[in-house]
Order: sequence, then C-alpha cells, then structure tokens
Amino acid sequence: MFNWRGRGQAVASPSREVAKERLRLILVHDRAGCSPELLQALKEEMVHAISRYLEVDREGMEIRVVTGERQAVLAASIPIRSVRRLGATV
Amino acid sequence: MGEVWVITSGKGGVGKTTATANLGTGLALLGKRVALVDADIGLRNLDVVMGLENRIVYDLVDVAEGYCRLRQALVKDKRVEGLYLLPAAQTKDKTAVSPEQMRSLCQELAREFDYVLVDSPAGIEQGFRNAVAAAEKAIIVTTPEVAAVRDADRVIGILEATEMAPPLLLINRVRGDMVRRGDMMNLDDMVEVLAIEVLGAIPEDEQIIVSTNRGEPAVLVPHSRAGHAFRLVCRRLLGENVSLPNVWEPDGWLLKLRRLIGAGSR
Repeated sequence: MFNWRGRGQAVASPSREVAKERLRLILVHDRAGCSPELLQALKEEMVHAISRYLEVDREGMEIRVVTGERQAVLAASIPIRSVRRLGATV
Repeated sequence: MGEVWVITSGKGGVGKTTATANLGTGLALLGKRVALVDADIGLRNLDVVMGLENRIVYDLVDVAEGYCRLRQALVKDKRVEGLYLLPAAQTKDKTAVSPEQMRSLCQELAREFDYVLVDSPAGIEQGFRNAVAAAEKAIIVTTPEVAAVRDADRVIGILEATEMAPPLLLINRVRGDMVRRGDMMNLDDMVEVLAIEVLGAIPEDEQIIVSTNRGEPAVLVPHSRAGHAFRLVCRRLLGENVSLPNVWEPDGWLLKLRRLIGAGSR
C-alpha cells in the first residue's frame, strides 16, 4: 500500500525465497556427502528390501546424491544378478 | 560447577567474537561470574572487542605450558563485577594447545565461574576442535545468508556427532526492513532449514561498530538495539521465559502507521 516504487516493475521472486530454495538443495547435498554413514545405512536397507525380489551384486552397487537444477536426486545403480520367482518372495 | 559454552559458527565474520563479548558482559550484568576464553590462538580479537588489550600480561598458551597460573592470566574487567578474560596468544599457532589442555583449563575455570564462554576460531580445523572439546554446550552464530547458514549446518552436523547437548542458534545481523520486503530469510525460514532451537536474534546495528571502536560491548550502551537484544538473549540463557526480541520488523513511524491501518501486516 505504501510501496509506490515497486509499482509497474515486473515482480521478481523475492530473493528470500531464492536463498531458501538454494540452501535446501545445498544442504541435502552437503548432509549426504558429509555423512557417508547415512548413505551406507541407506544402502544396507535398500539391499535388504530389494533382495526379497532380486538377487543383486552388492559389490557393484553405487549410490549417491546428485544435485540438479531444481532438486537433489538420489541416484542408485544396482546390478541385478537374477530375478527371484515370485512365489519364493516374502 | 559452572557451565562451559562454546560460541562457534563455521564461517568467519558473522559476529562470534561480538556475540561472546556481549553475552559474557550481559551475563555478568545479571550477577553471574563469567570467564571469557579466547580460543583463537594466533589471531586474538576478543581482548580488543572487550577493550582489555592493554591489560594483558599472560595468555592461554602461557597457562597451558605452565609459565603462569591460571589466575595470573585472567584479566579483570573493571566495568562489570565478576567478568574476566583469558586472552589468546598472539604469537603462537593453533597447535600450541591440545584439546586435553583446553578441557582441563576450562574445567578449572568452571570450578570458579558460573559461565565459561569459549570464543571459537572460524573454520572446522584444530582451533575449532580445541574449543569444542572444552565445552558441554554450544551456541551457533549465523547471519541470514546462504553461505553462513550452510557453514552453520556443517558445524551443527559435527557437534551432533559428539556427546554435546543440541546446539542453540543465535541469528545475527538481522535487517528487519529487508526481511519485510522479502529480501532476507526470516526466523521461520532459518528454523525450517537448520532444524535447531533458536536462542535469539540480534538486529543489525551501527552501534556495534561504534562499540567495537571504543572497546565497549553494546550491552553496556543503553540505547543500542543490538545491545538490548543481547540483554534479552542473556536472560533466555539463564532460563527466563522472555520472548524473542522482535528484530524481524523494522522500527519507525512507517511500521507503526502500517500497524495502525492494518495494511501490509503478514
């Protein structure tokens, strides 16, 4: 109401939002990167869950956090040795 | 037995030393016995901010190496009862003291003082680790800026891996006018991003520079906005239930008028 100066100009997204969004991404990446224990624990649980359906190559497994333009992505590459028969699961 | 707190930040230049000086002086004003420890060996600053640089005889390294007794190295602040400074050495480097030496030194101080505040050097290297090793509680100082918050998060991560109590956040240099126009992160943003408890927030205040020029902590200056906020934070630190100083909104007639009309709020 009292802000005459801003009138008529294209309203850019407030830099506070930009800062927060960038920080969110940076911290996801930092926290995952700085804590190999977290990724290791996650890897173990993933193997555990996946192993009920597939036989996977633990040695060849790779998991990391990749920061993209707008979001951080958990990228996992898990070589499959064989697929279990459905009847054998659970 | 007193409490040993470390004041740390990760990033340099966010106001650790100013915060240490003001929190220490503020606690002493509230009747507590306070020892300030400058752990930034090789780059000592706290003595200058406190205005005690001319009265230093011995320093922390002298004590650690046994050249003098702890009591001899403590510089008494003549303005406030019960306030003392243990200065850092200026000529040595950060490896001159070990974490064990820092710990026993602070333990010894804690027997005599209610609060021992350790001003940590910036970074996460040896000097930081020494300062942290000595403390049981931590205050993380940050400003509402991306780089400072990122480094604060890193330090919080490191502290969480120790047996220390969860650290408290002190947000420094808040510009209420910028928060209001959406160009600075607000309290909720900071809490959301860092997910730790907030001890307080301090407004940006020119008086801090004047105070530092004079060697007189802002809590001793009656009309300083930052000094006022630090005094409230000290009371919170003592467990008093005072609400956080509202530094997120600018002062002045415009705001009061806005409030009166009810426009522009939230």
